Amino acid sequence: LAHGGGGKAMRDLIEGVFTSAFVPDAMEDQARLMDAALQEPGARLAFTTDSFVVDPVEFPGGDIGKIAVCGTVNDLAVGGARPLWLSAAFIIEEGTEVALLKRIVMSMKQEADKAGVRIVTGDTKVVGRGMADKVFVTTSGVGVIAPGCDLSAGRVRVGDVAIVNGVLGDHGAAILAARGDMALSAEIQSDCQGLGHLMQAVMHAAPGVRAARDATRGGVASVLNEVAETAGVSIEIEETALPLRSEVKGMCEILGLDPLYLANEGTLVVFVPEDEADAALAAMRAMPEGREATVIGRVVDGMAGRVTMRTLFGGARIVDMLVGEQLPRIC
Amino acid sequence: MNGRRIRVRGQVQGVGFRPFVWQLARRFGLKGTVLNDPEGVLVFASGEDLEQFEAAIAAEAPPLARVDAVESEPCDVRADDGFEIVASEGAGAETRVTPDAATCQDCLCEINDVNDRRYGYAFANCTHCGPRFTILKALPYDRDQTTMAPFDMCSACREEYGDPGDRRFHAQPVACPDCGPRVWIEPSSGGDAIVEAAARLRLGEVLAIKGLGGFHLAVDACNADAVALLRDRKRRPGKPFALMGTLEVVCRYASVSKTERVLLQDVAAPIVLLRKGEEALPEGVAPGQASLGWMLPYTPLHHLLLQAFEGPLVMTSGNLSGEPQVIGNAEAIEKLENFADAFVMHDRDIARRLDDSVERITPHGPMVLRRARGRVPGTLPLPEGFENAPHIAAYGGQMKAAICLIKNGQALLGHHLGELDEALTWDAFVQADADYADLFDHHPEAVACDLHPDFSATKHSYSKGLPVETVQHHHAHLAACLGENGWPLEGGKVAGIILDGLGLGPDGTVWGGEVLLGDYRGFERTHWLRQAPLPGGDMAQRDPWRNLLMRLDQAGMADLADQFLGVCPVDLLRQSVTAGVNAPMSSSAGRLFDAFAAALELVAGAQSFEGEAAMRLEALALEWEADVEGYPFDVRDGEIDPAPLFRAWLQDRESGVEAAKMARRFHVGIASVFGRCARELVESGRAKAIALSGGCFQNALLLDLVARELQDLPVLIHTKTPANDGGLALGQALVAAARWDGRRA
Ligand SMILES: [Fe+3]
Ligand SMILES: [Mg+2]
Ligand SMILES: [Zn+2]
Ligand SMILES: [Zn+2]
Repeated sequence: LAHGGGGKAMRDLIEGVFTSAFVPDAMEDQARLMDAALQEPGARLAFTTDSFVVDPVEFPGGDIGKIAVCGTVNDLAVGGARPLWLSAAFIIEEGTEVALLKRIVMSMKQEADKAGVRIVTGDTKVVGRGMADKVFVTTSGVGVIAPGCDLSAGRVRVGDVAIVNGVLGDHGAAILAARGDMALSAEIQSDCQGLGHLMQAVMHAAPGVRAARDATRGGVASVLNEVAETAGVSIEIEETALPLRSEVKGMCEILGLDPLYLANEGTLVVFVPEDEADAALAAMRAMPEGREATVIGRVVDGMAGRVTMRTLFGGARIVDMLVGEQLPRIC
Repeated sequence: MNGRRIRVRGQVQGVGFRPFVWQLARRFGLKGTVLNDPEGVLVFASGEDLEQFEAAIAAEAPPLARVDAVESEPCDVRADDGFEIVASEGAGAETRVTPDAATCQDCLCEINDVNDRRYGYAFANCTHCGPRFTILKALPYDRDQTTMAPFDMCSACREEYGDPGDRRFHAQPVACPDCGPRVWIEPSSGGDAIVEAAARLRLGEVLAIKGLGGFHLAVDACNADAVALLRDRKRRPGKPFALMGTLEVVCRYASVSKTERVLLQDVAAPIVLLRKGEEALPEGVAPGQASLGWMLPYTPLHHLLLQAFEGPLVMTSGNLSGEPQVIGNAEAIEKLENFADAFVMHDRDIARRLDDSVERITPHGPMVLRRARGRVPGTLPLPEGFENAPHIAAYGGQMKAAICLIKNGQALLGHHLGELDEALTWDAFVQADADYADLFDHHPEAVACDLHPDFSATKHSYSKGLPVETVQHHHAHLAACLGENGWPLEGGKVAGIILDGLGLGPDGTVWGGEVLLGDYRGFERTHWLRQAPLPGGDMAQRDPWRNLLMRLDQAGMADLADQFLGVCPVDLLRQSVTAGVNAPMSSSAGRLFDAFAAALELVAGAQSFEGEAAMRLEALALEWEADVEGYPFDVRDGEIDPAPLFRAWLQDRESGVEAAKMARRFHVGIASVFGRCARELVESGRAKAIALSGGCFQNALLLDLVARELQDLPVLIHTKTPANDGGLALGQALVAAARWDGRRA
């Protein structure tokens, strides 16, 4: 791919690779949006944006395009919105294979279809070698929050139950494995997936759901800390309840990584009132994204902002937010 | 002027000092008064033998007192009414509290005297002994503010309490069987609690016993099955258990030198590490260890129990793995019910959790491994130059957390708290911070902490809204050693041999085996162990073999590593190093000890407790008593490379040299290479002395070898504060004070 300044090569690229996949019928520079959900009194718009840089851009279980769609869809979903429309902007390093771009775009298309969202506008820039690493993607998303739905961490209170939809750390582990070229016995797949439908199901089954968070970078540990801090509560999780794939567990043990801090791209934590926990769990388990849903802990009375983990032997360890990179601490 | 005004400074309050002065005055036929005030004890006296009286104040002070100074000046003394103890004067008077003290001989005689009203009483105490800090709820230290408050003194006790001529004058925890706490056993068959407890122990049962600073779990130390049962229930496979016995029993199972005996009998009654003696205890008490940790009974309850049991007891702290010791009765039942067959309880609450202190005697004096019960809240005088130190609070490290407060030339180094990752320990840390500030009337102008951003104590420091001084971990170790040795602020630079686990360096790598040339204010790193990756970060601390892998690879012995560590995931770790996944570079000396322990196959997989590998290596090296040549190191431009050591070890191994000799050669090699590097700095005039600090210096053999290597030079070692991270906060506080001083100037 050659450096583009708006010439023919560029136009061919955009039409051939991007426009045809996302908005085949688009003639205008801007997307004009309409949806019945917007008409309901009390409905609110949700709007979010995120940039994605992943090394490597393709990895077991996904690629940067899939993450770019899922990430923004999930940002909307955990706020209680039904994701509807996305924009996608690309910064491409000169020399990146067109075939790779095509694969990325196709996976975006596929993921968008699956999530029921449309990519309605976008942009593409090509920069010189070394000015970007293959491809960077920015997606923005718009969704609609149904009337009366109000999910926020501030609503979480003592007695609530924390549920995750599936195993932890698969994405972080997959990326590490792919990047380091490490001799891992089993190939670990990223958990990258959209969570829009799952969230709709949870809200339907457990209308009292307080809050949900997408556990991406910083892992489940960071999400729990954010919620505990915002809500001014303590959260206590159970080590034995954490869903972990044995390969991920084994890899974490060897590499000295804590799965609670590993990145995910399709894992959420929902907080529901105790009496709706069973309904929420059942609804989640009925869907492929939530088949391994499980309660990992609960909100307890205690120091505001503190997250602890009951360990195998009964002690309670503090699960803190990391300030630096994970550096050894045992003297 | 007819008399003198005598000021006594030091640890002179709450230790029976005023009645002592009162009795002295009567002996010398003096008139006047004695009182407590914020500066200590103040005496006004007139009469003939004032000189002798003053000399006796320092010379004959009560057992728990520490007299730092007796200053006197002529003064008019109103002397019509003989000699009197008068009420305290001024704010802050009577605010001192001394460390808890082991039962004194007088009280011991009473509980063993059938005619005494305290015969067989488990809570006898007096001004010279008994609980102090562990029963203190708030200041000032009055009975009402202790957990003795619910017990109303009977008239007999009240009389003793009010009589300046009595050993119990103003002894806050004074009690007797009529009015004081009582002991019981649950479940009980109705007999005497102590007798039942001893009987159960003889049957091999596990007992939870409420002590001074927390619960212990006890079993018959001679019963291998009982010891194994306790290990199994506590899920503690290898960590040595502490033992308690009467002096006679201790001397049967341990070899006890004169100085060790003195330490055992110290009022602090610490656990003392002692070499095994004539008779052996089951190996399960302390697998693979050359030394056992012994303490003498330090409360009447312990004395009575050991008299009834007549043998050595394992006395390990009563806690869930990783958690702090339990202190409450209900808490004990909730948490220890799966461990203990019965509970020896009492109804005097424990206000503060304090672990047993752990100490040992080396050829170079005492060594403090864990500073807690009996030692805190004792203060340390700071060196010359720190007389006007501002109030500074320092928060120490992550694993052996302890807080230090300094002000006006004094330091209060708090008790061992433990691992701050543990929620209950963190709570105790926060409480201790508030408590010690209160106790020491401390209002910090600045706080000090480690460079590591993810130490809980570092985060705590930044939450205080005060100026924060971050102190490099090993600089803090160095400063702590200087401080406890009274090295003056302007005393010049020293060479610090810092052999430690690890601490973050200013360059972002992990340090731990260095020679630092510096003083309180700053340092330069002149020598360091060649860095090796720590594959898996903290996992490298758990698994000694990871460090061996890295050192062998580095020494060009990868083939051997493949053979030797074939069952371990060596390739994956090597790849993680290449990929830069959680494999920080480190010059840790502790990890080199671990690597060599793995080379000698002393720990197969993971260590079952912190320091296991190094402790086994030390124990093994002690088995080889003959002189050996140390393993070689290469030293180039400050870098100390252990590659030749591993090559020499391989040769030894192939020629069938005994493991003990190899362990010895390792110790000697490290001691001489670091000794040599530090010696250069002194001999070239760049350093005035050599300081030894860091967790590896808990290894008494290493300490001895380094000290002997340097015996012709001035060497500073830790004897009062831990060389490990338990002393870190003292060093941090001193560095911050030294720099603060510069900032003000
Ligand atoms: Fe240290
Ligand atoms: Mg975002
Ligand atoms: Zn006594
Ligand atoms: Zn009484």
